[in-house]
Amino acid sequence: MEILLQQLINGVTVGSVYALVALGYTMVYGIIGLINFAHGDVVMVGAMVATTLVVAMIGADPGGVSAWFAVISALLLAIPVCMVLGWVAERYAYRPLRRAPRLAALITAIGVSIIIQNVAMMVWGRNYLSFPHIIEPLVFQVGGARISLLQILIIVSATAIMAGLLMVVHRTRLGTAMRATAQNREVAGLMGVNINTVISAAFLIGSALAAVAGVMVTTYYGVAQYTMGFMLGLKAFTAAVLGGIGNLGGAMLGGLLLGIIESLGAGYIGDLTNGVFGSNYQDVFSFIVLIMVLVFRPSGLLGERVGDRA
Amino acid sequence: MSTVIDTRNGISLKVWMGIALCGVVLAILPFALGAVGQSWVRTLNFALLYVMLALGLNIVVGFAGLLDLGYIAFYAVGAYIWAMLASPHFGLHLPFWVVLPAGVLLAAIFGALLGAPTLKLRGDYLAIVTLGFGEIVRIFMNNLDAPINITNGPQGINRVDSFSVAGFAFGRSQELFGFRVTGPEKYYYLLLLLTIIIVVMCVRLQNSRIGRAWEAVREDEVAAKAMGINTRNIKLLAFSMGASFGGVAGAMFASMQGFVSPESFSLTESILVLCMVVLGGMGNIPGVILGAVLLSVFPELLRALVIPLQRTVFGDVILDPEGIRMLLFGFALVLVMIFRPAGLWPSAVRRRELSGAKGGQS
Repeated sequence: MEILLQQLINGVTVGSVYALVALGYTMVYGIIGLINFAHGDVVMVGAMVATTLVVAMIGADPGGVSAWFAVISALLLAIPVCMVLGWVAERYAYRPLRRAPRLAALITAIGVSIIIQNVAMMVWGRNYLSFPHIIEPLVFQVGGARISLLQILIIVSATAIMAGLLMVVHRTRLGTAMRATAQNREVAGLMGVNINTVISAAFLIGSALAAVAGVMVTTYYGVAQYTMGFMLGLKAFTAAVLGGIGNLGGAMLGGLLLGIIESLGAGYIGDLTNGVFGSNYQDVFSFIVLIMVLVFRPSGLLGERVGDRA
Repeated sequence: MSTVIDTRNGISLKVWMGIALCGVVLAILPFALGAVGQSWVRTLNFALLYVMLALGLNIVVGFAGLLDLGYIAFYAVGAYIWAMLASPHFGLHLPFWVVLPAGVLLAAIFGALLGAPTLKLRGDYLAIVTLGFGEIVRIFMNNLDAPINITNGPQGINRVDSFSVAGFAFGRSQELFGFRVTGPEKYYYLLLLLTIIIVVMCVRLQNSRIGRAWEAVREDEVAAKAMGINTRNIKLLAFSMGASFGGVAGAMFASMQGFVSPESFSLTESILVLCMVVLGGMGNIPGVILGAVLLSVFPELLRALVIPLQRTVFGDVILDPEGIRMLLFGFALVLVMIFRPAGLWPSAVRRRELSGAKGGQS
């Protein structure tokens, strides 16, 4: 029972990060129908920038910098950097292809991903950067399981950010414009919505969320490397599809579920199969769950039924 | 212009001359490149392997319009079957006429296996399931060394037998008709033969009843169904057919390398093959071949050029050559897609669709 609770806590923590990244995928997908393969790499850039800044701050004045000040300034630097990156990618790589066949845009996104990764490799090198352990390793006991202060922070701030995003999308003019553009780009344009602004805004918001997720990942795992965005992006994309791609609530649900499935898989596969398969099969487990879900609900858990020409 | 003699068959003298010229160039190519360096012959062989893979994926993506991001799994199946049935790993050394068909058959079965649960899925949902399938296959290969050692895990299987027909081994150098022919050069002709067979099959398939059915499913699945096409079988056939080409390429890869490990079959490879198909011109066989050759030779060319170029420009190697190489590769993908969204050599149908008024689909 304690193990179950522990795995759930770990799963929800990782799941909140997946959800934040998945939101970036799903917003872009909902509006322009593009799988933005470079999104995971934006997360990576956020993590790298944050780590570099924190290491520099601690290095300049060891002991003099409070942990919160360091993390918050890292966030304040990572968010604009990622936003600029997302905006540039959209403006110069994806916008010229808006009317092109969808696979062309997909290949472009793959190209952008390769570019970001290799520039990052040239800037930061191939080695892992380690994030200093500055956040107090405070641990609480909950019914026999342990939850750290950092985990609580990640879960709480991710929840707050997601609530904020839902407010923006459902209560503001920009949100209305975004939903209109997602439904029908041409008609929204005729109604006076500036499509380019809306699409740029989607990329900016998605990249900001990615930056936050990047800071969370690097503080949680303590390391950052130029290839980390690939697997993370893949997981987040899986989460977005699981929930129903293009659907904000779906991305959140999918992210949380994927995190929980993964950590339960890691914890229980060994027991379930009498030790034949170990926790190294956790990704297999998640993908099989994904395939099963899609067999019975071909458009994800919360996705609307897609039209035949979707 | 006046030299073109149109025959009743529609194939002019000029075309025949072109084919003959291509044949001559392809026949002497390994020796010309071998003079520069044997590594170029190996690059050429890999280019041919990628042509096979790209043509196989083209059936799924280009003809039938099913986005497949896990295609490399079939390449892996072909390679591992060869490695397991013809290496000291299990002590089996079966001849190629057993192993090759086994690999092809198993790859085709895997193709159908992937196709079955995805029949109802569309577009990007299909993409993620195929991607997951590719990862599942790779993870199994990586971990099936315990409890029973089947794939030898991350170390991979080495000392795999090379291709040999009745004592004629393709792996070794030997004197033939007074020429010294190296292993890669011999493999080149073998791969060329297989590639030509696959190209001919693709061309024949494209214009067949099946090929037209694929096209119909790609353009509008519901309408295709209404026209009496069994969309389920036709989609499964596309997956199996594409997979079997991947299986052939995989078996050749294992025999040529003498070594297989899960590392060669990562998602990045699937994406690379997809890039070849889309960049070359989806659905158009010459375009796909062009894409595969370009994308497999271009990085090698850059590898050879980046270091000397930096020496002459900066006087020293300043930037990481591997990084520069991949960076240029990324820029090439983006730029080609921006300036030629339908690919470098699109099929006539797609070109018409893109240039003319876009009807129906938004």
